Amino acid sequence: MIGDRIEKPVYVFLAVFGVIAPMVFPAYVQQIAMLWIMIVFALTWDTMGGQMGYNSLGNIFFFGAGMYIAAVCQIWPWYDVGEYTDPSGILNTSFTPDQYFLGLGLGVVLAALGSVVLAAIFGLIVFGLRGPYFAIGTLGLAIAAGELIGAWDWVGGGGGIRLPVFPSGTDADPLFRLPFGDLQSADLQGVFFYWTCFVLAVLTFLFLRWLYRTRFGLMLNAIRDDEAKAEALGVRTQLYKTVAWSISAFFLGISGALFGNIIGFMEPLEVAFPTVTFGIFMVLMALLGGKGTLWGPVIGATLFHIIKEVTWTHLLGWQWVVLGLLIVVTVVFFQQGIVGWLQEKRPEWFGIEVDRGTAGQRADAETADALEAARDAAGDVAGDAAR
Amino acid sequence: MASQKPAAPARTGFLSPAWLKSSGDGWTLLLMIALVCVVLVLISGQAQNNLTILQVAWQQNIQLLLDGLFIGAIFALAAYGLALVWGVMNVKNLCQGEYVIMGGYIAYYLYDIGIHPFVGLPVAIVFMFGFGWAIYVLVIRRVIDRDLFTSLLATFGIAIVLQQGLNLIFGPEVQTARSGLPTATVTLGGGAFTFAWIKLTAFLMCGALALAVVIFMKRSRMGQAIRATAQDARAARVMGIDTDRVYAFTYSLNAAICGAAGVLIAMIWVIQPFYGITHSIRSFVIVTAAGFGNLPGVITAGLGLGVAEQYSGFVLGADFQQATVVGMLLLVLIWRQIIENKHRRVVE
Repeated sequence: MIGDRIEKPVYVFLAVFGVIAPMVFPAYVQQIAMLWIMIVFALTWDTMGGQMGYNSLGNIFFFGAGMYIAAVCQIWPWYDVGEYTDPSGILNTSFTPDQYFLGLGLGVVLAALGSVVLAAIFGLIVFGLRGPYFAIGTLGLAIAAGELIGAWDWVGGGGGIRLPVFPSGTDADPLFRLPFGDLQSADLQGVFFYWTCFVLAVLTFLFLRWLYRTRFGLMLNAIRDDEAKAEALGVRTQLYKTVAWSISAFFLGISGALFGNIIGFMEPLEVAFPTVTFGIFMVLMALLGGKGTLWGPVIGATLFHIIKEVTWTHLLGWQWVVLGLLIVVTVVFFQQGIVGWLQEKRPEWFGIEVDRGTAGQRADAETADALEAARDAAGDVAGDAAR
Repeated sequence: MASQKPAAPARTGFLSPAWLKSSGDGWTLLLMIALVCVVLVLISGQAQNNLTILQVAWQQNIQLLLDGLFIGAIFALAAYGLALVWGVMNVKNLCQGEYVIMGGYIAYYLYDIGIHPFVGLPVAIVFMFGFGWAIYVLVIRRVIDRDLFTSLLATFGIAIVLQQGLNLIFGPEVQTARSGLPTATVTLGGGAFTFAWIKLTAFLMCGALALAVVIFMKRSRMGQAIRATAQDARAARVMGIDTDRVYAFTYSLNAAICGAAGVLIAMIWVIQPFYGITHSIRSFVIVTAAGFGNLPGVITAGLGLGVAEQYSGFVLGADFQQATVVGMLLLVLIWRQIIENKHRRVVE
């Protein structure tokens, strides 16, 4: 099985790349940090969409929720949030390094926990919905959140929040004498958030890798394959679904908290709850790499991010049209994704044993009529379920 | 079996009195909606002021009701198209709103080069019919028998292509196609409200279009084929109906209906490349609430949504209008869930 043989070298390569990247490509630190966030997006979407079969179009909700929770936590201990976010900008603010890092730490922790709480609450509502209703319901949740936050003046409304500025490197803080040497504040911010994003992506990956190998992972797959049967066998599906969503929310909340601070400015529709950009990227990346696999989302996210960064600026405004076409083409012609396609072509690489006996029988049965009948039956069942 | 309960009631529509009477859940939900509204009103002083305005200048209510009904009729028209595609092909068409906006931009383009928007109506219908056919051949045909998320995501991709394409061609400004019909100010009991003739005209056109579609579905050969396919695609195929053609026609018909709705919207309201998603959500709200093949339900839900939106836009502020639509979506989905739970309990 090739998976076992290449696993270690791949881990070593990725770890080495992650560690040396900010030194070797100092000009691309922010882009590579975004790559780690994209990988977190794809991995957490796949926990739901790939492993559990619940295709959410609104997971971006937790990204935005985390971002806002973190921002409020960073401001609230030191200033009045309402005054701070006042668009007239009368409040003159500055944060000492201690205040900044204390606020950031608090913000990240509460963003993660707050997202989990939100997932548990909204899980009660959305997990009664099945299939496309779930996708539309979660999409509605994310859009509604963006609209409502936009009308909430306490957190800046549609004008958004300008986040605290990263402390400048001249302060005699021990952190700045760590491995970075004498960097300017902007570079320092880039490197700092690079590391936090890298650690987040690694933790997410390792946690999910462990999770998919436990009983819990099997339960998720059982829900995906046949929820009614799983429930009949005694799987507490509602509990598992909510916990799985909470896991997605936990990591997405942290990624939102970090992303807000990387950008330095947030507003509800384009940055915090971007349903048609990041919200759909995460679905596309997971599908492109191969949903329902551990490595698929990582490969899909990497490929997508590289293509995006290389071609985006050369497309002169047509990039969103290209994005839409990419979604259509991926969904229509290449839904199994890269890893899924490899599994089909080279099952032995993945240690999958193909039973030639059944395969032969299936070939016999593959007359046009049988296919037609099967398709009709499937269509009827799907139709009944939808109604 | 003594404990067996009577069979589950047949699927009923939105606001069906028989259903409301028989269900405690329905009233619970209505109570919930009322509570949400009350809370929203209480937390907002602005909203209270606006409510006072509605009481004192009661003519404003007529304005809101009329505007809501006129715009709601057009929502119902687009939703009927969605119900058709959903019911016949089982495709959840997420680019519904983009077709509406495309129709609107056709009218706007013609208006821009000096042609009256009324002429835009047939042009949009024909153009969007052809466009729908092309989309069917290129994409929808390939996803129609795949799982439901596939068609949902594929149409979402189409929606992104269309909205961004329109944005590149026409720019992100809000546009409208003026018909030049007069606007009258009606004075009534010491107050006044405005009455635009174009809104009434659009309302009548909308009704005529809906009637034409209904007659087409009942009387024409293709309409019968569509209904046969909706009932049982396999049996229809056995009877010699070319279901692929039926699907293509249904999808194109939906696009044409949306295009017509878009022309009407462009005449009485505003269009913008990114307003499509809200129209899609409106159609989903209406169809989910009414169910398929339930024309009175679609009309009631459409008009109701139009009025509700106008009122929330006035009372809570224009910021909340889109949030209202999405909130309605969530409520309708919760409602559906309650019905399903009830159904499940009865079956058990």
